[in-house]
Amino acid sequence: MREVSVDRIREEVKRLCIEGAYILEEDVQSALKSAFEREVSPMGREVLTQIIKNYEIALDGVLPMCQDTGIAVVFVEVGRDVRLDGSLEDAINQGVREGYGEGYLRKSVCHPLTRQNTGDNTPAVIHTRITEGDRVKIKVALKGAGSENKSSLKMLNPTAGVEAIKEFVTDTVREAGGSVCPPIVVGVGIGGDFEKSAILSKEAILRPIGRPHQDETIAGLEEELLEEVNKLGIGPMGFGGTVTALAVHIEVYPCHIASLPVSVNIQCHADRHKEVVI
Amino acid sequence: MRGSFRRVDYPRKKGSLGIMAFRKITPPLTDEVVEGLRAGDKVLITGTLYAARDQAHKRMSELLERGEPLPFDIEGQIVYYVGPTPPREGMVIGSAGPTTSSRMDEFTPALLDAGLKATIGKGARSDEVKEALERFRAVYFVSVGGAGALLSKRIKKAEVVAYPELGTEAIRRLEVEEFPVIVAYDMYGGDLFKEGVEKYRRV
Repeated sequence: MREVSVDRIREEVKRLCIEGAYILEEDVQSALKSAFEREVSPMGREVLTQIIKNYEIALDGVLPMCQDTGIAVVFVEVGRDVRLDGSLEDAINQGVREGYGEGYLRKSVCHPLTRQNTGDNTPAVIHTRITEGDRVKIKVALKGAGSENKSSLKMLNPTAGVEAIKEFVTDTVREAGGSVCPPIVVGVGIGGDFEKSAILSKEAILRPIGRPHQDETIAGLEEELLEEVNKLGIGPMGFGGTVTALAVHIEVYPCHIASLPVSVNIQCHADRHKEVVI
Repeated sequence: MRGSFRRVDYPRKKGSLGIMAFRKITPPLTDEVVEGLRAGDKVLITGTLYAARDQAHKRMSELLERGEPLPFDIEGQIVYYVGPTPPREGMVIGSAGPTTSSRMDEFTPALLDAGLKATIGKGARSDEVKEALERFRAVYFVSVGGAGALLSKRIKKAEVVAYPELGTEAIRRLEVEEFPVIVAYDMYGGDLFKEGVEKYRRV
């Protein structure tokens, strides 16, 4: 057994929250730069110029790149040979609390009915898995609501096939339009059941841009869908243009013979995801 | 944090936000100013903006229903849909980019009726809002979503004028200098989103 202190987990989650809000990952930086080179619309290029200038200002560590610093979504994998010396969930939430406080991030989490703010951006949305080995892997996404609000889930007929999946994805992106802050990353979860497809779609947006799915067929579908989505003409901030999405990422899981669940999770251009392995 | 991360290169003009020319306006806005704006125009606003979003809109709408006065004189003013991050010591405001406007759609016609002349947010809005813009001679601006750090630098003063208990959602009076926006909907039915997307759609 390998001892991992929950205090270390708290510290890492705190760091990932703060760095997430200020330091755009390099995969997203390069994708935005390449979007600027590809975009044909003058208005689209202007928007991308402001987006790039904005994340560069945020790199100074004074102003977060976006005022919606999100709800913290944490995927944590704990190796079965790890022994934790305390509560994993408490450590993650304490890390979020400290990160959002010390990082001057917006506290955007509230009771769903009374709308009373919890005051410290907790609780985080936590997905935990027990894996092989003696490591702890933590992925943190700061998920803004503008893009999350236009995400969608549909239980398709099992006979509907790939064309219906593609139509659902492009319909979701078309309806989302400019309010989701394009250029976006489209996360698609296909299969599993109702909630599994949604979790897959969230995991899909956490995959770095430029890393296609390992399965060639799925990777091919990702490419096709990216092309379809970019034909919609929505463009940066919805002002019209050739770059609506930076990437389409798909994750799949076997499902019931009677089902074909499909989830589409949308990620804005401020694609804040960080990870660490302890 | 500066220096430890590679920056990407892209063309830019020093001291300029972009390629095309800007029009300059200062609220309170008159009918004449609004009449001169067209969808797609790039505008720099200097002067006062009122920050308000979801919960503040709900409260203002309740005030109007009861025939009570709003927390600020809305005549000719501009409302900015924003919920900023907390300011650091010595700063007036944190990041302050636009939030999704459609969530404020149901409250907007009544505010336009009360004298509001413009709103700033992101994304498309309802037909009811579009019609109200034509009826009350008003305009809908958009600023670049997710550019909260860049836009924050154009805000020189911030003061809570109502509902401090709403925190980031409180109504704030913001003093801005050359705050960059684009006309999304003008008072003639012009629609930047529709026109832009039609131009580049290939399906």
